Amino acid sequence: MFAYLVRRLFLMLVTLLGISVVIFVLLRIVPGNIVDILFAAAGYVDPADKANLEKELGIDQPLIVQYWHWISGFVRGDFGYSYVSEKPALQEILPRIPITAKLAGLALLFSASIGIPLGVISAVKQGTRLDYALRVVSLSGLSLPSFWLGLLILTAAVAMFGQIPIFNPNPKTWLEAFATYAVPAAAVGFRSAALTMRITRSSMLEVLRQDYIRTARAKGASDAAVNYRHALKNAILPVITVIGIEAAFLIGGLIVTETVFNIPGVARFLVEAIRWRDYPIVQNLVMFIAVVVVVANFTVDMLYAVFDPRIRYTD
Amino acid sequence: MRSVWALAAMATLSVLTASTTTLAGEPKQGGTLRMYHRDSPANASILEGATYSVNVPFMGVFNNLVIYDQHIAQNSPDTLRPELAESWSWSGDNKKLTFKLRQGVKWHDGKPFTSADVKCSFDLLMGKSQQKLRQNPRKAWYSEVNEITTNGDFEVSFDLKRPQPSLLAMLASGYTPVYPCHVSPADMRTHPIGTGPFKFVEFKANESIKLTRNPDYWKKGLPYLDGIEYTIITNRSTAILAFVAGKFDMTFPTHITIPLLKDIKSQAPNATCVVEPTNVSTNIIVNSTSAPFDNIDIRRAMSLALDRKAFVDILFEGKADIGGTMLPPPQGIWGMPKDKLETIPGYGPNVNANREEAKKLMQKAGYGPDKHLAVKVSTRNIAEYRAPAVILIDQLKSIYIDGELDVVETANWFPKVARKDYMLGLNLTGNSVDDPDQSFYENYSCGSERNYTNYCNKEIEKLFDVQSQETDIAKRKPLVWDIDKKLQEDVARPIIFHARAGTCWQPYVKGVTIMSNSSYNGFRYEDVWLDK
Repeated sequence: MFAYLVRRLFLMLVTLLGISVVIFVLLRIVPGNIVDILFAAAGYVDPADKANLEKELGIDQPLIVQYWHWISGFVRGDFGYSYVSEKPALQEILPRIPITAKLAGLALLFSASIGIPLGVISAVKQGTRLDYALRVVSLSGLSLPSFWLGLLILTAAVAMFGQIPIFNPNPKTWLEAFATYAVPAAAVGFRSAALTMRITRSSMLEVLRQDYIRTARAKGASDAAVNYRHALKNAILPVITVIGIEAAFLIGGLIVTETVFNIPGVARFLVEAIRWRDYPIVQNLVMFIAVVVVVANFTVDMLYAVFDPRIRYTD
Repeated sequence: MRSVWALAAMATLSVLTASTTTLAGEPKQGGTLRMYHRDSPANASILEGATYSVNVPFMGVFNNLVIYDQHIAQNSPDTLRPELAESWSWSGDNKKLTFKLRQGVKWHDGKPFTSADVKCSFDLLMGKSQQKLRQNPRKAWYSEVNEITTNGDFEVSFDLKRPQPSLLAMLASGYTPVYPCHVSPADMRTHPIGTGPFKFVEFKANESIKLTRNPDYWKKGLPYLDGIEYTIITNRSTAILAFVAGKFDMTFPTHITIPLLKDIKSQAPNATCVVEPTNVSTNIIVNSTSAPFDNIDIRRAMSLALDRKAFVDILFEGKADIGGTMLPPPQGIWGMPKDKLETIPGYGPNVNANREEAKKLMQKAGYGPDKHLAVKVSTRNIAEYRAPAVILIDQLKSIYIDGELDVVETANWFPKVARKDYMLGLNLTGNSVDDPDQSFYENYSCGSERNYTNYCNKEIEKLFDVQSQETDIAKRKPLVWDIDKKLQEDVARPIIFHARAGTCWQPYVKGVTIMSNSSYNGFRYEDVWLDK
């Protein structure tokens, strides 16, 4: 087990090192840097001023030197300063993480709490009008872009209630806080709810055709007991896998949703930072996400090994 | 007879409305003005900025030596007012401008304002101080200033190489606040200190900007507002919906396009909305250093092919202006009168005749129905740039030119233009002051950093200096018109149109004046108040 742990730990470090190189190189391949963008905004380019600014920010140094400054700082917990705001990068990134985390969590909750029950109903009522209606809802969820849905919700809210559900930075009650996140979470979660619904339906249909379900029915089990105790329990595994994968894809939807609903989260901030070529923010933020994903994978691998001894010996 | 009654009724109504306005016109203290901001400015330093994204939220933090009257929509030499200067005077030879400064003014951190602050602000702008600005986009404004001298704490003089009456116009721009000597340019980017009506509270990038009332403002009783809060909303649709829903008291100035204005008026009929020129021209930059546009005939043909009215009709539902380099009258002070404008090739009303002439020039250059000229029309990846570029390509088809749209990311735009890696460019030029010195020297003088096409005509440059030294406005105007006409005839940077844009505010917001010939100079907001 110890050898397995050491090997996995080594692989994790190599993976993170590789990711850091990829992040660094990709960001430098994108044409233009912060200085180009600042001068583009100013409508003039003075070569001397430009060179001074590049020197001040340290982006005139060889790439290898820049990389070493960054990665050694990252390991030491020194994340540098944002080129744009000139504030510590950590101070800029940290307050935005909980906002996006709440939004993503709520979106996933929305996805599961809507997608799974409706998928089950759709499967159980296969071929009925209700099934067709739910399949239309599911299809529309997969087809509607979240920015369009977001704008539709905003427009409808203003037209019908004279209110706009955009981010409230200082909610006074728990209910206000929930309302701040609920609508955008629904907008971004609608797509994954639709996907969850489809997967649940097909997985349920497959399970419902199994012999043991027929046996359960023959033994006189109620519909509810068959559907939820016997079928859903077995059908849920692929659904959980899909929700897990969807969580990783959520960041794309969150960028758009945070923009439309004006939520100061980390997803929109990352895009803005890329637009400004704010290297310290982009590098550290993407690296931070990579560390979370890699460490989570490492933990899962370890847990697998703990619970299934075959893995630790065969890997 | 019915119309007479109607007129009488209208007259009575207008008298009643006027008196109501007077009764409701007493300014009230208090309240926070909530406005959305269209984007996140790079930082808070106006001296380093080149977009009104920085002027709008931060102009209220500062004062200038002089300023354009914030209640008169048209900036002109007649509307210049003293601010940190109590008065100004020119020497007999018009080469020395002396300001008597206001006493008892304090910076927001309590330190006293003196002539040293004025000297160090302008030394910084002229690149003569130890400290440097990260960017200094308006250094050229002070190219005629020899030096700044102080006489005691409350007198300061600008010694000029030659007379330049327009220096006052430049000093009155929202881009020319006085900075404190005791705060570094770096600190001014993150925590600006001024003498103005509002104190800086915080700037959260991509989130919000907050200002609070300066209780020690040297203008007693001002400002009326307790503070101003800007919420940064980059999505225009969301921002406008939030305004309609009452989350904001005002839209970001001149952020509303003409088609969107209809939506606002239908959803928020009580809102006050105005449409004004922004003094931003949409124009074509021509790379005349290489083929095919090194041929003056092709440049002239392209200029002749423009149907400017079509641009205005399509993009602005007819509500924009056609002119030369300077903003056309009546909003513009220096623009050519219509009859003179129409004598310029391509500006005449008969578009078909212009295009026939253009075709002849193209044929002279070797192109025709069987041999089209293929060009790339480069522009920035922003809607305000892309839309007119598409119309331009369509119009060029009429004279045997096949255009292809080349969309360029902002980060690459100026490097591309600077290395002359383009044929035609669709460009926007904002004039921060409606003044010929600002426009001519910045955009058309040989070697100027913003002269993207490197247009250089020594004869016209001499005329720039002649008009610049003329102190009599009536005599200066015809000189300016002649220069503007020559610039258009030389196809230096063909102007397509001058844009207009809308601003809306809720009915209880009072004291807002949107400038009609500048979108950079009217955001002090010390007289704005909320009637609720």
